[in-house]
Amino acid sequence: MATLVIAEHDNKSLNEATRAAVTAAKKIGGDIHILVAGQDAKSVADEAAKVDGVAKVMLAESEALGHKMAEALESLVLSVADGYDAILAPASTVGKNFMPRVAAKLDVMLISDITAVESADTFIRPIYAGNALVTVKSNDKVKLITVRPTTFEKAGDGGSASVDTVDAPDASAKSSFISEELSKSDRPELGAAKIVISGGRGMGNGENFAILEKVADKLGAAVGASRAAVDAGFVPNDYQVGQTGKVVAPQLYIAVGISGAIQHLAGMKDSKVIVAINKDEEAPIFSVADYGLVADLFKAVPEFEEELSKIGY
Amino acid sequence: MKILVPVKRVVDYNVKVRVKPDQSGVDLANVKMSMNPFCEIAVEEAIRMKEKGLAEEIVVVSIGPAGAQETIRTALAMGADRGIHVTTDATVEPLAVAKILAKIAGEEKPEIIILGKQAIDDDANATGQMLAALLGWPQGTFASKVEKDGDALKVTREIDGGLQTVSIALPAIVTTDLRLNEPRYASLPNIMKAKRKPIDAKTPDDYGVDLTARLEVIKVAEPPKRKGGVKVESVAELVSKLKNEAGVL
Repeated sequence: MATLVIAEHDNKSLNEATRAAVTAAKKIGGDIHILVAGQDAKSVADEAAKVDGVAKVMLAESEALGHKMAEALESLVLSVADGYDAILAPASTVGKNFMPRVAAKLDVMLISDITAVESADTFIRPIYAGNALVTVKSNDKVKLITVRPTTFEKAGDGGSASVDTVDAPDASAKSSFISEELSKSDRPELGAAKIVISGGRGMGNGENFAILEKVADKLGAAVGASRAAVDAGFVPNDYQVGQTGKVVAPQLYIAVGISGAIQHLAGMKDSKVIVAINKDEEAPIFSVADYGLVADLFKAVPEFEEELSKIGY
Repeated sequence: MKILVPVKRVVDYNVKVRVKPDQSGVDLANVKMSMNPFCEIAVEEAIRMKEKGLAEEIVVVSIGPAGAQETIRTALAMGADRGIHVTTDATVEPLAVAKILAKIAGEEKPEIIILGKQAIDDDANATGQMLAALLGWPQGTFASKVEKDGDALKVTREIDGGLQTVSIALPAIVTTDLRLNEPRYASLPNIMKAKRKPIDAKTPDDYGVDLTARLEVIKVAEPPKRKGGVKVESVAELVSKLKNEAGVL
């Protein structure tokens, strides 16, 4: 039996989420192969070949794959799918985009966003914004799975797999890439950060996020936001943490001026330690916070930054 | 041009659901149901396209129990033209939904199908993509902007790290993200008018689709509860607890 993991990457380096998918694949069992689909992505394949437990790496390159077009990924994955008992990808916007297409073509049901592997055919996934966990047994011949990266350990290095080049099928003429607009930041990636500090509607405006950024820079943390803050235009939408944004599970999550709606909690309640700073002591965020501070954030956050300096940050 | 909009009836997004004590599922008895928020955005986008003169007809389809008819009426009251209700009491997985929708697309021949990016109950985020694959159409998922561009759609998509813009040839599938638009409220006269708009009653058998679940539900459990936390009095106390008690600083 063999399991295929489709790598997440930016054509330069392997995303940590891929390492989480490899860990999930190990729990399913069998030989683990990684497919790197991209453009000028040899360095990604080399990195994937070193991941512990990986037996083989396949590299396919084309322009459409470089832009992660779902139609191109669908044909590529279908062309190599034969012989695999399970196909996994991280539950990123890329994985969510192409994996259901592959599943439909193979006539199997996708198992989205799994948080645990019980056995080779049984998995746990959250439903209703994380308010329930369903255990499902797949009766399909091939298991098509997207993996929630935050709930699996990241597989380390230690492997020495071979890298084979595979042909990318011709790209579909029906879709084409036009442009990309990525948020630039020197801070760690939201999904992988050990500390996340997020702001909500209480921040008042976009400029006020500067006080969170100062704390973030001190701690080496990522900055997140609630949907309210994104919709109000305070920060770009890729900052959003929640059911419809990113799911994070850092060591420390600091929620500032966030009330704690169900949809926001869905994206952060698996954090190890949650801190809430809010002036409304009735805010639902306090029901999940390990440490709550009822205070005006415009006083508390700068003070927090000062206190951090005192302990050596 | 015709636009097809599939809509789903789900637990209202404000409801905190409870898991049944026997772990067979989530308790949906006497719980408020509404149109899935992402589906509302899909209906709104279709109506805006019609208002711009890009589409002549909007057909809304829902697959589900008798109550799903209300969801279709809501979409008709917002401005859709007619409905198709595929009645079933079974839990229908995205793959089976996509297969039924593919059959309906074959009959109705829409040029655009707009769906929500995910239902807030199963959180699968799969139906639109599966339908696109079954039809062999291109897709613009997680759309925050859709523009007609000749025989194609220019779709701005929300991706990890920012935005991506793609061009997809018609016929095409679009799935909506939250920021695509702000859905309108149906006015009372429009709600009354919607009662006279036609809804075709269908069953899954009409489309010859097997609804057998591929994923057998073994159990539905509550997520682990977080332990009650403490309130601290000052920022200094907070920092000291994070450093000394929690060990995360």
